[in-house]
Amino acid sequence: MNSMILGRYIPGDSPIHRLDPRTKLLGCFYYIGIVFLANNWITYALMFALTLGLLPLAHVRLGFFLRGVRAIIYLILFTVLLQLFFTTGGHVWWQWGWLTVTSKGVVNAVYILCRLVLIIFASTLLTLTTQPLGLADAVESILKPLKPLHVPVTELALMLSIALRFVPTLMDQTTKTMNAQRARGVDFGSGGPIKQLKAIVPLFIPLFVSAFSMADDLATAMEARGFRGGDGRTRYRALAYHRGDAVAVVLLVVLTVVLIVLRTH
Amino acid sequence: MQPVIDIQDLSFRYREATTDALKHVSLTVNPGEWVAIIGRNGSGKSTLAGNIIGLLEPERGSVTSGHVTVSGLPLDDEHVWDIRARVGIVFQNPDNQFVGATVADDIAFGMENRAVPRAEMQQRVQAALSAVGMTDFAEREPARLSGGQKQRVAIAGIVAQAPDIIILDEATSMLDPAGRRAVIDLVTQLQQERHMTVLSITHDLDEAARADRIIMLAHGAVADVGTPAEIFTRGTELAANGLDVPFPEQLKVALRARGVSVPDDYRTEKGLVDYLWTLRSTM
Repeated sequence: MNSMILGRYIPGDSPIHRLDPRTKLLGCFYYIGIVFLANNWITYALMFALTLGLLPLAHVRLGFFLRGVRAIIYLILFTVLLQLFFTTGGHVWWQWGWLTVTSKGVVNAVYILCRLVLIIFASTLLTLTTQPLGLADAVESILKPLKPLHVPVTELALMLSIALRFVPTLMDQTTKTMNAQRARGVDFGSGGPIKQLKAIVPLFIPLFVSAFSMADDLATAMEARGFRGGDGRTRYRALAYHRGDAVAVVLLVVLTVVLIVLRTH
Repeated sequence: MQPVIDIQDLSFRYREATTDALKHVSLTVNPGEWVAIIGRNGSGKSTLAGNIIGLLEPERGSVTSGHVTVSGLPLDDEHVWDIRARVGIVFQNPDNQFVGATVADDIAFGMENRAVPRAEMQQRVQAALSAVGMTDFAEREPARLSGGQKQRVAIAGIVAQAPDIIILDEATSMLDPAGRRAVIDLVTQLQQERHMTVLSITHDLDEAARADRIIMLAHGAVADVGTPAEIFTRGTELAANGLDVPFPEQLKVALRARGVSVPDDYRTEKGLVDYLWTLRSTM
């Protein structure tokens, strides 16, 4: 479980790692947006070439990306089959009752597949090369303009960073509680799904109780160290844009223009 | 000399409790002094610590009548945050007081709260890291630290704020013997180098033995005050308060009963061994 949430980040010092987390977060969203500009072979080929080109630049292996694809393979298959069988138009190649496979359906299915894979690649690249804490800082910085509207941005960011910091602590606590219950004869992970679910319920109650007492201790410690809410605090951690971020922005703009020119109108 | 902590007639009762957790407690701590507060569970030790920095709102006693004074400031709504800036407190559970996502972030937390400019913060974080010998751990996450290392980070966070007083609220009780010793040695060193006042609330009589003065609490009231040597010679009284007399002290009492002369001051086990094996030596 631990590796699922925290192990995704791969420490490194590549040009992609060094990008400001804000650039990466916004860039990833923007990239997902412009994936939808691609609508013919040449534009999809361009997107793939560019995305795969980022891999060596980020010093991560293709395997990590394929693992990301594998995680949602059923969702992908479902969407692709939906496109394949229910798109009308073009030559009818195969028909069985109300299911038809048309030439247009095949093309659409392949496009959808490309689109999903590209989106997974982009978001995997973001999480592989950006520390969760960096993402929390980025969210805070991006939401800052909402502060005059009384959105508690600083508190939200602090909550996010404390939540991240407590993930391993709560994992430890879960393991301890499970072991304590195992020692008294609880059997996790056997029997049907209903039985397994039932074994987990008594786990949650001690876990909640300890989480609340942890929260109480933490609040006391924070107050003792002078925490009086988010206003008027300074930040130890600061984000700064560098040259690489400018390069990334220029690249994305160029890519957008090229896509608009090459796409089928 | 003006005491750095001055508590006069402090009583405290938790909400919905039937008896007072603290009953008319009066005590003073002098600047640079190391005072240990001992007593069994429920004797009011931690309640006292919480009251010194206003973490528990006293219902009657000090606050309205100004009876707790810390660094010359009365504990009231107006001064409570100034007092917290002058007192650093290390709590019992190393995990539940670690706020930052990394060591450096955690050390900076208190300074962030007091709006210290960023450049100064970076300097003070570095200085605090080297003061507790954790420079190589600046970017580590708390999950990758031992309990003793986490407590050292908590102390570094205090060092960075340069307070007058350090309170150890059973800070070593969840550590292994090596971690315990490292934390106490560190606090001893800081006390001597920076002339800090230390108030240690503890079950561990070896830790209490380091103190200049021991205050024993029982049932929310001060039961006894004295130097470690004075307190430890009252064996039966300690036992009545649920505390074990340290082994060297037990040995001294037994030796005295057999007519062997032993020193009155407190000795660690090793100190006593050294004394004993040189006792008959004529060289």
